[in-house]
Amino acid sequence: MGITGIFLITFLIVHCGVNALIFFNDGGILFTKAAHFMGTNWLIRTMEIVLFAGIIWHIVQALVLTLQNQKARPVQYAVVNGTANSKWYSRWMGLLGTLILIFLILHLNHFWVDSRITGIDHPPIIIEGHEYDNLYAEMKDVFENPIVVIIYVLAMFSLAYHLLHGFQSAFQSLGLNHKKYTSLIKAVGFWFSIIVPFVFALMPIAMYLGFVK
Amino acid sequence: MSGNMNLTLKVWKQRNKEERGKFETYSVKDISPDMSFLEMFDVLNEQLIAEGKDPIAFDHDCREGICGMCSMYINGRPHGPLQGVTTCQLHMRSFKDGDIIVVEPWRSAAFPVIKDLAVDRSSFDRIMAAGGFVSVNTGNARDANSILIPKDDADDAFNAAACIGCGACVAACKNSSAMLFVSAKVSQLALLPQGKVEAKTRVEKMVAQMDAEGFGNCTNTYACEAECPKNISVENIARMNREFIAAKLS
Ligand code: HEM
Ligand code: SF4
Ligand code: FES
Repeated sequence: MGITGIFLITFLIVHCGVNALIFFNDGGILFTKAAHFMGTNWLIRTMEIVLFAGIIWHIVQALVLTLQNQKARPVQYAVVNGTANSKWYSRWMGLLGTLILIFLILHLNHFWVDSRITGIDHPPIIIEGHEYDNLYAEMKDVFENPIVVIIYVLAMFSLAYHLLHGFQSAFQSLGLNHKKYTSLIKAVGFWFSIIVPFVFALMPIAMYLGFVK
Repeated sequence: MSGNMNLTLKVWKQRNKEERGKFETYSVKDISPDMSFLEMFDVLNEQLIAEGKDPIAFDHDCREGICGMCSMYINGRPHGPLQGVTTCQLHMRSFKDGDIIVVEPWRSAAFPVIKDLAVDRSSFDRIMAAGGFVSVNTGNARDANSILIPKDDADDAFNAAACIGCGACVAACKNSSAMLFVSAKVSQLALLPQGKVEAKTRVEKMVAQMDAEGFGNCTNTYACEAECPKNISVENIARMNREFIAAKLS
């Protein structure tokens, strides 16, 4: 879980970084170029396969762990005061992860299926004489629907809490706990878990409200 | 006496390993706030014996927080509402008149109920027997200062050695994981020169036995550390993970 988790975290950095280019508010020129690079570079395309494998492996590990853990306590307690000894999101990782998965399916359906499989139903965008897939227009389309915007924002709350536990947990699982560095890992994990989902959530909001044109 | 309280207790009664148990409700009267939780149970058991009923089986020995026997899951927490204490160190002043107190045994596949609140923790003994020792041929005791050990390591080893094997970490963990216990027992030896010799095989064998006993997997909720009566740190779990990964890779 730790290794696949950290791998998915590195994916988030790249994904969030590329998408944040829309905030340059240049009609999507920088974003389009970056997306084109990501969609055509062979290394990135290979990593895409590794990414899907990573997500599936992460989920398989989660399922196996959860089943084993349920077997480890066949008779449940009548009264459990979990709040007294642990954070709620550390106990609800499975649920948070499932919400992320539901979001992921919706999200892939919005963008990945169109751009990689069925093709985008917008005419290509022309930058400096070159034609590029117009994912930017697709994005604006998708985020015209307020329901979609709300779902994206809520999903980022799930992601934030999943990371809030997961980031530091991954390091602990890998045995990386140190008198000096653990507080640093925890601080970086905390801010990562807030900033990345926040920047992601800003994208649909900014497009819906017309801040990004 | 003023300040004494009347309480309702809902206690798990289970005749033996095989039979399904259920909660029984009891009331106790005039309990002094200065009694320990176990003394309150003694009062209840005297009462039950006088009434010709079956007293409640519960484990206890030292009654001073060092043997680790007094396993009781009280109102949803191992050893009750306080941190850093065992049930025998919990006093009735932590409760108030009219309270309803629910008392359950440790619940884990690896800790089967023997009777009522008493559970079989011999799974911990088997983990220890698998590698929780240093095999040396003893001779004369050497001068303690002839082996130099950094103070930090000595302190960490000592703190890990404070584990009394009570099983509250398992009881508290939503996954019934025994990682805090096993990591404390791995660490108390792995940190010291005498223990380093067998560190690799020790961690492999103890973890294998832990898994064989049917304990769950750690997901780092850290409930164990919060509930441990000896405040054993989850740093030990990271150390054990580190030792384990290193052992598997080498
Ligand atoms: C797609 C659906 C997902 C499901 C069903 C899921 C489920 C889980 C579960 C049950 C855990 C176990 C709790 C633990 O070990 O701490 C976990 C841990 C974790 N998850 Fe996810 N997750 C999903 C997506 C993600 C994503 C997208 C990321 C990346 C940002 C991520 C990052 C992590 C990390 C870093 C951990 C901690 C690993 C560890 O402690 O060993 N997860 N996940
Ligand atoms: S680690 Fe703490 S809670 Fe677990 S057995 Fe040892 S003393 Fe008890
Ligand atoms: S009876 Fe020994 S620790 Fe409680």
